[in-house]
Amino acid sequence: MTFDWLLLAEVSLAGLGTGGLYALTALAFVIIYKATRVVNLAIGEILMLGAYAFFGFTATLALPWWAAALGALAVAGVFGAVTERLVIRPMLGESPIAVFMVTVGLGSILVGLVEILWTADPRRLPEFMPATPVFIGEAFLAPKIAYGFLVAAAVITVFMVLFRTWRGGVALRATAGDRAAAYSVGINVPGVFSLAWVIACVVAAGAGILVGAIGGISSTMGVFGLSVLVVVIVGGLDSVPGALVGGLLIGLIEALAGFYLGGEYKLLATFSLLVAVLMVRPYGLFGTREIERL
Amino acid sequence: MRIASAKESYAADEALFDSAVQRRWFAALLAALVLFPFAADQYWAFLACLAAINVIAATGLNILTGYTGLVSLGQAAFMGVGAYTVALLENRLGTPFFVNLPLAGLAAAAAGTVFGLPSLRVKGLYLAIATIAASFILHFVFANWDSVTNGVRGITVPPATLAGIALDTPFKLYWVIMPVAVLMLLGAANLFRTRVGRAFIAIRDRDISAEVLGIPLLRWKLTSFALASFYAGVAGGLWAYFFRVVTPESFPLILSIFFLAAIIVGGMGTILGGILGAVFMTLVPEVLKLLVGAVAPVWPDAVVLLSPVRTVVFGALIVGFLIFEPQGLAEMWRRTRRAFHLWPFRT
Repeated sequence: MTFDWLLLAEVSLAGLGTGGLYALTALAFVIIYKATRVVNLAIGEILMLGAYAFFGFTATLALPWWAAALGALAVAGVFGAVTERLVIRPMLGESPIAVFMVTVGLGSILVGLVEILWTADPRRLPEFMPATPVFIGEAFLAPKIAYGFLVAAAVITVFMVLFRTWRGGVALRATAGDRAAAYSVGINVPGVFSLAWVIACVVAAGAGILVGAIGGISSTMGVFGLSVLVVVIVGGLDSVPGALVGGLLIGLIEALAGFYLGGEYKLLATFSLLVAVLMVRPYGLFGTREIERL
Repeated sequence: MRIASAKESYAADEALFDSAVQRRWFAALLAALVLFPFAADQYWAFLACLAAINVIAATGLNILTGYTGLVSLGQAAFMGVGAYTVALLENRLGTPFFVNLPLAGLAAAAAGTVFGLPSLRVKGLYLAIATIAASFILHFVFANWDSVTNGVRGITVPPATLAGIALDTPFKLYWVIMPVAVLMLLGAANLFRTRVGRAFIAIRDRDISAEVLGIPLLRWKLTSFALASFYAGVAGGLWAYFFRVVTPESFPLILSIFFLAAIIVGGMGTILGGILGAVFMTLVPEVLKLLVGAVAPVWPDAVVLLSPVRTVVFGALIVGFLIFEPQGLAEMWRRTRRAFHLWPFRT
């Protein structure tokens, strides 16, 4: 039996497509980490919140999908601002572990709230993406994944440009570089913290809508956040290019492991890679070397 | 108001219970623990056993996280190693429980040491994430090593037997679980009066100075992992005897988070904190269940909300304690005690 290259190409493409969504969520994670040094384990749950808010606006209020998407992003943005102000700000200066556990607690609260509002049953989001099959060369790609990837890529590009040119983006990068220096040149650092949370939550919610459109939504979709954790560790916690490359890489590895070895090997493959990266290159592929070695 | 208690020797100063009052209270507590199962019904005996198991696992995690400063999200997975060890020994060899439990602890300690290896290169959050990986890898092993773990179907465990009596009710098992828990707690409390425990604390407070002071980090960090996992393994072994069926889903990541939450709520770096936190976190869902039972006649839908409300309360407890009382219940306990000691004066 000859090796089916076309199949390999299709599986890889699907993997890269999912990887685009990982990259998008990882971008949200990295924005928060860069600006505030908070490892946000609730990113998967914020993603879920976005998807459910979208679901609520389309299914319950019967809004058209674009209005629902805007509404969901707004909800996530407000959530980000409020969370940063009420929960994360008081924890400034505490040990990173404490802040990390706070986000774990936040995640738990979000899961519970979503289950209270919408029950734990899985739902399907209404179709809003074109359903014509996409072919790249001869390889077939599920249209949802293809369009999801395109949207993710577009959003990522927009943010990359914004970080370079927009004042807020520059302030964000300055704060990430050196907090005290940013203060001394008149940057409103607490404002930047809020901004980072708002942007990250909006990005995560957008990713949530795409993920939900592809795979349906449920109160356990926050598990997506665990794969994103692997992505950012592999790419480097504070590196935007790392998030992008890591996202595609993990998406690819998951798809290949899932297809050729079986679905239960997905997490095994990514987490084994995670352990290997932590042992060999703990700061990730593109991260700043700042880990003390003992 | 109590005036200071004078110590005449270093031994008296270093004693675990350093005043006669404390010793009397401790004796009263032990007596209460002995009498408890006779006064309690099945339900409370069940809860007491469950709380004691959680206390053991949480105390183990406290040794690692609270005293050595290494965060682990793998405690539940190591508990799983202990539970599977007991299940296998009991089914294949039929050895008695007092052999199985230490072996469960040792097996978990071995696993813990292996997964503690990343702690040599990374610490803090990176370590927490590495232990999440450990948790998933062990889950994969439990679920897919069919010939040993019987895959996702899990293993049924026969009841522990002592002198021909099958310990198959919470009431009977209480007499195994509670003494083990008390022993292990005393062990943990004593640990921090020894060289080993002091080394852990030194590593937590500043690892570089610890190394300079001649504490080999490699050795003591792994020892801490091994000890924490030993506690988890014994807790897991008791868990296996208690629930009598072990499946890969019995030890999810959320259980590890539960233990971490327990020591945060209880107070990191104190033995009392591990106890209070684990008991508190075990009882909270039960209290919620009682509340739901109370409002059910007027508002029947409340039952549906029980599970999500429990999730919210769990998260809110973690967030609330971290923001408002980072030292946890142990600190609240200490303040209360102080208020009594100083009465009628105020702090």
